[in-house]
Amino acid sequence: MLDHLIASAASFSGDVDGLFVLITVLVGVWFIAAEAMFFWLIFRFRAKDGEKAQYVTGKEKHLKKWINIPHALVLVCDVVIIVAAIRVWVTIKQTLPPADRTVRVVAQQWAWTFADPGPDQKLDTPDDIRTTDELHVEVGKTYHFLLESKDVVHSFFVPAFRLKQDADPGRIYTGWFKPTKTGSYDILCAEICGIGHGVMGALLVVDTPEAFQAWEQAHAAETPAEAASATESTPAPAAGQ
Amino acid sequence: MAQHSHEAAHVAGASHDAHHHQNWFQKYCWSTDHKMIGMQYMFTGMAMALLGAFMAYVFRMQLAFPGHAVPGFGLVSPGQYNMLITNHGSIMIFWVAMPVLIAGFGNFLIPLMIGADDMVFPRLNRLSYQLFLLSALVLIASLFVQNGGFGGAWTAYPPLSADKHYNLTPWGSSLWLIAVVLEFVAFLLGGINFIVTSMNSRAPGMKAFDVPIVVWTIVIASILFLASVGPLVAGAIMLLFDQLLGTSFFNPTRGGDPVLWQHLFWFFGHPEVYVVMLPAMGIVAEVMTVFARKKLFAYKTVIYTIIATGVLSFFVWAHHQFVAGIDPRMANVFTVTTLLISIPVAEMCFVYIATLYGGSIRLTTPMLWALAFIAEFLIGGVTGIYLGSSGLDVFFHDTYFVVAHFHYTFFPIAIIAVMSGVTFWFPKMFGRQLNEFWGKVHFWGTIIPFNGIFIPLFILGAAGEHRRIFDYSNFEHMSKPWMIDMRIAATVSLVVMLAFQIPFLINFVWSMFKGPKVGKNPWNANTLEWTADSPPPHGNWAVMPEVHRGPYEYSVPGRERDFWPQDEKV
Ligand code: HEM
Ligand SMILES: [Cu+2]
Ligand SMILES: [Cu+2]
Repeated sequence: MLDHLIASAASFSGDVDGLFVLITVLVGVWFIAAEAMFFWLIFRFRAKDGEKAQYVTGKEKHLKKWINIPHALVLVCDVVIIVAAIRVWVTIKQTLPPADRTVRVVAQQWAWTFADPGPDQKLDTPDDIRTTDELHVEVGKTYHFLLESKDVVHSFFVPAFRLKQDADPGRIYTGWFKPTKTGSYDILCAEICGIGHGVMGALLVVDTPEAFQAWEQAHAAETPAEAASATESTPAPAAGQ
Repeated sequence: MAQHSHEAAHVAGASHDAHHHQNWFQKYCWSTDHKMIGMQYMFTGMAMALLGAFMAYVFRMQLAFPGHAVPGFGLVSPGQYNMLITNHGSIMIFWVAMPVLIAGFGNFLIPLMIGADDMVFPRLNRLSYQLFLLSALVLIASLFVQNGGFGGAWTAYPPLSADKHYNLTPWGSSLWLIAVVLEFVAFLLGGINFIVTSMNSRAPGMKAFDVPIVVWTIVIASILFLASVGPLVAGAIMLLFDQLLGTSFFNPTRGGDPVLWQHLFWFFGHPEVYVVMLPAMGIVAEVMTVFARKKLFAYKTVIYTIIATGVLSFFVWAHHQFVAGIDPRMANVFTVTTLLISIPVAEMCFVYIATLYGGSIRLTTPMLWALAFIAEFLIGGVTGIYLGSSGLDVFFHDTYFVVAHFHYTFFPIAIIAVMSGVTFWFPKMFGRQLNEFWGKVHFWGTIIPFNGIFIPLFILGAAGEHRRIFDYSNFEHMSKPWMIDMRIAATVSLVVMLAFQIPFLINFVWSMFKGPKVGKNPWNANTLEWTADSPPPHGNWAVMPEVHRGPYEYSVPGRERDFWPQDEKV
């Protein structure tokens, strides 16, 4: 269902969408039943001349079951949803499948900077490829990201991946994703972070293996110093205070 | 406990005598009468609601027509946008929902419904309102200082909120925080009064289970508030120190922890939702029983349910922090507690629906609002399940799905239930009747556009539209034509809804002075407030009432009249 509204492009985004459908079905049935009952009662028991209301206390067994049975059923639905929700959660946040490649994601007021490990596959070496506002990844590979913030709380949000993780200053969080569809997708900041919050976006480009290699080769040639200075020139928010 | 304290009544009576020849100032600004204080809270809250609604109008116009000047405001800058959403949220929760629902209705109703002549501590009560008014003035002042009001969202996460180098509002952020602290102190004073009064000053004969539900809900909400607010006040003062004195409780570069604030905030913030929800549920119960002429279905079960909800509400706060970097295993615990709280809340909804069974339903304006509360609140309730499910919240957190969800809970609470209560007790407050026709125009003119605002927001949220963004044209996947249309639809609905508040305001003011006069009990209701004059004088009753039965004895078999007031002898 969600897929109609927004592309789904990572290994676990289908799980999230499935959870959405499951919950919609389970709560949808209850919602429709409750509202139908509700409007029917209003219609059925409208005041009529000379007709008094019934004296019902709620202690009558044959009436109480109308509350108690739905209740037990709600509990059952709750349990189903809890199990499903935790399973998806465990996949996304609690397990870390072995990485093919690890990238660094740095949030700061109001830009994203990324570090790709470069040809040697190791971060924090001179051949790292550092970019601003654009992260290139290869389709079908499992990525780890190391997420940090330089100043306030930001949040790394890739809607097409169904992925979100806050970035807190002073901490580094590790998460993962596995892109499944090529294309370019928005990266957003989902936690208010000052006046530039509304423009704090970046692009996540999922390349074919060939395109990724071409990109890597083109950028590996750049000197790290150049890339570093690109980081400094953070775009200012579109309009001032 | 059920004993009425004659001594207290005597002393209170004496102080009322001293107030007999009041001038305008004494009557309206310096009153210790619980009814006057209650109405002051309500009026202040409603005035603030207009301010909060104006802010919503400005930022919704910006979202629908980015880059165009908003009529009545002008061009919206990103900084102003953040200021508007922050203060809209803060105002609606702290300066509308809380003052009207707890302080307003609590003050007006508790003594009248339990048969007391006033609160136990009337002067404390007055101080509570004055502090509240001061807090509102400080908040308004914060909007006009250099660099404008605070823009770090009503949740005020540090380090953004703690450091002027990050938030760029050195004055606005501190004044905002001071206003919040003052406001909490005001409600602490009020809450103590509610709890003590309803425990000690009940009319002779009134047992715990003869107390109307709305009094129960307000008292339980006050207890929740007292139990949850401590950590937040402490946190707010720490944050103030960080802002002004250079401490670093929440600053990681000097050993602080920004996530600590989030725990303190939400440990308060989640119970807070129930603090405003419970009184709303209570109001709706009162109105529904009167206009269905029915006993509340399973009254005692409702009370136990309310208590269970209150207790559980302390164990769910971290569902606001699933993606905040807390230990992922903790999320599982909070998913379980969050989904379990749906049980008592569902129970309440079922009980209310069941109350209609066998009724003799009259669709007066207050009843329409009460029924709409149930119908709309259900949407808020079921959409909460989506967000409590950690695996889905990974996607939905901080999107417009959340915004739509909590407005489907808060709008029914703070607007729909309040309207139900205001139209229901209006005759008691002013001794006159509101106009039914214009009341119904207002009702439909509010309910239909309300859904028109927030249903589109659910869909936009499910499409990944994240919140607190002043201009979506900066993002490609959020500039699709259908999304732009939905934003416009939501905004147009808002403008229509605001326009329909005008008949209400006119009806309200006109009826206050010119509406048809009513007697003591225009709705044929059972509870004690309807045995006092309309409006009740200082001290409420010349002869204090005695209680003989529970509050919901409607349509009792074998009796000619279909109501049976609590104080009637046989
Ligand atoms: C008049 C009708 C209302 C409209 C059209 C409206 C609209 C909105 C919108 C669109 C936002 C999201 C802004 C954003 O995240 O970018 C928002 C935020 C909020 N609203 Fe409302 N709202 C209304 C009434 C209320 C009421 C009655 C309450 C509560 C009693 C309320 C409480 C909040 C809160 C707490 C926030 C969050 C503020 C923040 O992000 O810091 N609103 N409102
Ligand atoms: Cu950010
Ligand atoms: Cu941000």
